[in-house]
Amino acid sequence: MTALDEARTRRGVRPDEATPSDGAPPVTRPPLPWWRRMVRDRAVLLLALPAMVVIIVFQYLALGGNVIAFQDYQPYLGIGRSLWVGLENFSILFSGDPEFLDALRNTLIITLLQTVIVFPAPIVLALLLHSLVSNRVRQWVQSVLYLPHFLSWVIVVAVFQQVLGGAGMINNFLRAHGWQPIDVIGNSDAFYGLITSQVIWKDTGWATILFLAVLAGIDKSLYEASAVDGATRGRQTWHITLPGMRPIIIMLLILKLGDSLSVGFEQLLLQQDAVGLGVSEVLDTYVYNQGVVGGYWGVAAAVGLVKGVIGLVLVLVANKVAHMFGEEGVYRA
Amino acid sequence: MTITREPTARGAVTRPPARRRRAVVDGVAMPGPTERVAKGVILTVACALVILPFVGIVSTSLATPEQVTKAGGFVLLPTGIDLSAYRMIFAGGVVTQALWVSVLVTVVGTAISLALTTTLGWALSRRGAFGVRGMLLLVLVSLLFNPGMIPSYLVVQRLGLLDSLWALIIPTSVSAFNVVVVRAFFVQLPHEIIDSARIDGATEWQLFRRIGLPLSKPVLAVVGLFYGVGYWNAFFSALLYLSDASKWPLQLVLRTYVVDGTQLGSQDLGIDASSLPPQTSLQMAILVVSVVPVLLVYPFLQRHFAKGMLTGAVKG
Repeated sequence: MTALDEARTRRGVRPDEATPSDGAPPVTRPPLPWWRRMVRDRAVLLLALPAMVVIIVFQYLALGGNVIAFQDYQPYLGIGRSLWVGLENFSILFSGDPEFLDALRNTLIITLLQTVIVFPAPIVLALLLHSLVSNRVRQWVQSVLYLPHFLSWVIVVAVFQQVLGGAGMINNFLRAHGWQPIDVIGNSDAFYGLITSQVIWKDTGWATILFLAVLAGIDKSLYEASAVDGATRGRQTWHITLPGMRPIIIMLLILKLGDSLSVGFEQLLLQQDAVGLGVSEVLDTYVYNQGVVGGYWGVAAAVGLVKGVIGLVLVLVANKVAHMFGEEGVYRA
Repeated sequence: MTITREPTARGAVTRPPARRRRAVVDGVAMPGPTERVAKGVILTVACALVILPFVGIVSTSLATPEQVTKAGGFVLLPTGIDLSAYRMIFAGGVVTQALWVSVLVTVVGTAISLALTTTLGWALSRRGAFGVRGMLLLVLVSLLFNPGMIPSYLVVQRLGLLDSLWALIIPTSVSAFNVVVVRAFFVQLPHEIIDSARIDGATEWQLFRRIGLPLSKPVLAVVGLFYGVGYWNAFFSALLYLSDASKWPLQLVLRTYVVDGTQLGSQDLGIDASSLPPQTSLQMAILVVSVVPVLLVYPFLQRHFAKGMLTGAVKG
């Protein structure tokens, strides 16, 4: 600690609260008016400015574009001159439009699969990696398994086609040995299995990174004490490891819930032509296909808006519920 | 870590006598032989599932046309090496063009993103300065929602960025998550360094440039990797904002000719050849070209992952 910091601490000012470019001792200074503080901190504000402009324009001002959900939006008229139609665009949500219902059903099915099958996979893998004794082996395995996360969905889909497709690696092998080829790519019955395995292949390894960090942070003395008391490995996992991971698991589940209406947009869009919209249309692709491709801008914006609001509400509610059960959740407000 | 062995495990040269209780590391018993074998098998299979497809893809792109035709498409081990597929996609046609677009967008985009993210992260780490609390709140709240595809499209349209490569860069140039990660790193820098530099008369810009940036290299490496990979892999933003096929990045070309299986003719490749290599070889060569840059930067940055990720996750 420097003398400067010490002096501040004595006066009851936390060192990190000390303001920049203050030559004068902080305690004798009367509070500055806001515009004086703005001038004083202009360098900081100037540094923040460019990135804040991007965030405000593309996150906050963009929100305003949602007004076209209440318009019969025509691109050549723009927002200013398009007709206002009230809630008409939202009627698609209630009128039982079969395409919309398909999209909703597929979204929920895929979300369910992702929660039940995809979500636990990295937890299991992290436990397995954590239990490896050799650090070198573990680092090797991690390096390999993290890699697919950095490949684009286009590449992942292409790789799966090349391996599982009609003329792919596996079918060539099967045919060469006189066995029946398998029909996976472009088969709508196998589609959910296919996309689930794609997600597992791409992201399971990478998703272990947070779990592994948490595992490394669990107090070693708990294991030592339990070993003295005669706990087996299984009991240690159940009574020490898993409870230690509970906060992060709950946090990720809450975040997942907020995303539950947006599933694998790029992944599905890339494979829609092969299997048809019946199984592969989800809410996000519906917004794209109706709005950008089909020109029903108002309807697409309405569906997108409802989806966004539901996602936000789900996160807020889940966070609240987690707090009620004494968990940390994602944030505290 | 210390391994506490049983006292019976003396005489290390010959086989140690069978131990009744297993060795214990930090209170956790070492796994038994069955468990070890099971783990070994699971992890080997998992790694093979990641590696083998790539071996197949690289092999097919290199294999001779005769071998590809004979194998019916996919080759796991090439008997001879034939670079004609690569020569053709680099001959100046659509693939070469798209490769340049992707390189340009990735390099320019990553540079812009890093500049914007570090400056904002630094500013937000100056606690107590005017407006910092409000701006931090705006950044954090923006993590909770997404304006939606159609509204984002309208903004890009209104700014006149449709059909411009800037549309692939500017809207995604600042990731709030990365800002939080970088800020968390700057916040935990020792105050002593910054205070003493200030007493020596350093300006805010000098503090950022001479102290903040040099000390944050590991975080910048990881954040830069995330941005770079994001730009390189961007597929949907290009599909949404670019209708002019001559501006397509590699990912869209990959989709058209590999995922959708559109035939690549000599016209597309910009060459005057009567016989082309098999389509599979061309497709695999495009796939290799789009994966290789990621593979090249990956090992250099991999060691920073845990460090860079965790500053943000734990302290953010």
